[in-house]
Amino acid sequence: MSTYTCELAVSNPDELVFGSAPKPVRCGFDMEIGAGTVFPEVNFTLPAMEISDATWGEVVGHYEEMARNVLKRAVSLQAPGIVLEFELLPPMTERPEWGAEITALLRRHLAAAYEKSGLKSALRVTPTDIRDQGKPPLLRTGEAWEKLKRSFELCIAAGADIVSIESVGGKEVHDLGLMYGDLRSIVFALGCLAPRDMAWLWDHISAMCAEAGGRTVPGGDTACGFANTAMQLAHQKMLPEVLAAVVRAMSAARSLVAFEHGAVGPSKDCAYEGPILKAITGCPISMEGKSAACAHFSPLGNIAAAMCDLWSNESVQNVRLLSGNAPEAYAELLSYDCRLMNVAARNGQSKLLRDWLTESDEWLSPQAAILSAPAAWEIAEAIVNAGDGYQRCLAAGHAAAGILRRAVDEGRLRLPAKELLWLERIEAGLREMPSAETGLWDEMLEKHAGVFEPSSYGWPHFDLGH
Amino acid sequence: MSEPSRLYQAILEGNAKDALAITQQALAEGANALELVNGHMIPAMDEVGRRFENEDYFVPELLLSARAMKAALDLIRPQLASSGAQPAGRVVIGTVKGDLHDIGKNLVASMLEGGGFEVHDLGADVPPEKFIEAVRTTGADIVALSALLTVTMPAMRTTIEALSQAGLRDRIKVMVGGAPVTDQYAREIGADGYSENASAAVALARRLMAARTAA
Repeated sequence: MSTYTCELAVSNPDELVFGSAPKPVRCGFDMEIGAGTVFPEVNFTLPAMEISDATWGEVVGHYEEMARNVLKRAVSLQAPGIVLEFELLPPMTERPEWGAEITALLRRHLAAAYEKSGLKSALRVTPTDIRDQGKPPLLRTGEAWEKLKRSFELCIAAGADIVSIESVGGKEVHDLGLMYGDLRSIVFALGCLAPRDMAWLWDHISAMCAEAGGRTVPGGDTACGFANTAMQLAHQKMLPEVLAAVVRAMSAARSLVAFEHGAVGPSKDCAYEGPILKAITGCPISMEGKSAACAHFSPLGNIAAAMCDLWSNESVQNVRLLSGNAPEAYAELLSYDCRLMNVAARNGQSKLLRDWLTESDEWLSPQAAILSAPAAWEIAEAIVNAGDGYQRCLAAGHAAAGILRRAVDEGRLRLPAKELLWLERIEAGLREMPSAETGLWDEMLEKHAGVFEPSSYGWPHFDLGH
Repeated sequence: MSEPSRLYQAILEGNAKDALAITQQALAEGANALELVNGHMIPAMDEVGRRFENEDYFVPELLLSARAMKAALDLIRPQLASSGAQPAGRVVIGTVKGDLHDIGKNLVASMLEGGGFEVHDLGADVPPEKFIEAVRTTGADIVALSALLTVTMPAMRTTIEALSQAGLRDRIKVMVGGAPVTDQYAREIGADGYSENASAAVALARRLMAARTAA
């Protein structure tokens, strides 16, 4: 189902700006996201500790402390609202009751803060996609899927306002593609496998939200396991940055599928492909950049904020800093960033600040170069003008490689020789891809036999256009 | 350039097809298997590791070289076995229980294989008892543990303790790695070594083997 074809929700790059999305989302305690104000989204996690029956009391204590401190800081700073994100750790999805217990706990804190201080808020809950336990992963059947489904159901019932996931369908092939710099496998994973898993998965997630009364918003997915893996490997000099940039663009074609199967935003914070999704869908996006240095490094510190509707820190451990505990400190950091953006918006200067945020990063990394408003818009346009998931993925790849090539040729983007060599390899690889996915399936079924389970993607019960 | 020298070049360039063909020809012409390994293949992978450390190579180049090395090595292995040659060491490797991340672990496994080690990869989310079983069945010299999550790091300690309780700790060396793991943490949990990246893991494994032999 290709909902988004031909037209973008945002008619030109100048309309892509932080705080405002064509389709704002109402949720939680009086929150409206994408309606002119940028809100902090604080994501916190446990310090290094084991999660077991024996330590569960301590785990609960950490979440009590983190919620109390973060909300205290938000009230103290007169934040216009706040989103808390609870990303379940694997054992909390393995035992869905645990995830639901923490969800209910956080929801109680948000309710109390709203009642006492009028703090607007929403709770995003993100169960862990544990379906990749098997080799090859079974995505549509088995215990892991049943637990994941139960986790969504219980967390929705326990008070999640927004649900999201970092889905992993196709990752088993994508990982190998990245490791070997194998563009055909990367495209196959992002353009053929992942969209099919996401369509199936998001039909279930949005149905669960609807069946529970529709109070919970199906937020969005992220290519974290794909493009962020590439970004981190590039950061460690293990992969070329140009490959990470092209993978990011192609991953937008994948993440878009959530929105065609019920998601309405806000998209997940670590989906750095968010600006492309916003241009296509008009849905609000959550982003993270320099504020996520507590979790990982990136070359996208400022540019990531340029079009955000929620501004996040990715994940911070509950450890003690000089000022206070880290989640509270990050709540303050995010709140001040949001203040600045919101003042700019009130004074009609959003675009100016957006452009400064962009310009400060844009030509220092190929990964930043494809995420400016004009670049995101160009990639978005290429995606909606393509056909199926595979062709969208290819179109995004071509668009991103084209943006990089122009920037190199015009001297705006300076790349070392080994990156230029990879850009040439990527351009050649994209040119050599078959025009339709039919030309790829047999090759990939043979090449990755045993790595992925075709039936997890509906094979052979879908039309390949033979 | 002699045929064996071309083997060095083929591995360096990650050309598995050439590496295989050159090895086949060299063996047919009576080349010494051990000499091929020690004189050309391992030096090639050492050079690959050096280029990776110097950031001249990315992981794909490194892995393609490791794949070329493995292809040639598989061909040579029967001759090596019949001549009584031993691998640089036997390593059991896995990501610890509760952790599904395996990219880093896979890299280390490939690099160790390229470095002449016999590697038994147990995969991800490996409980301590599987490590114990693998050590017993393979006669491993080294157990390599990987973790990417702060909440799964404690499973490294649990695994090391389980190896001790099984009476295996004294006969093996344990090396650990993964994004949140540090040298200090490795010492705290009683590991014998920590490696920050895949190519340094090969050097560490060699040091551990030397220490084991000297002990």
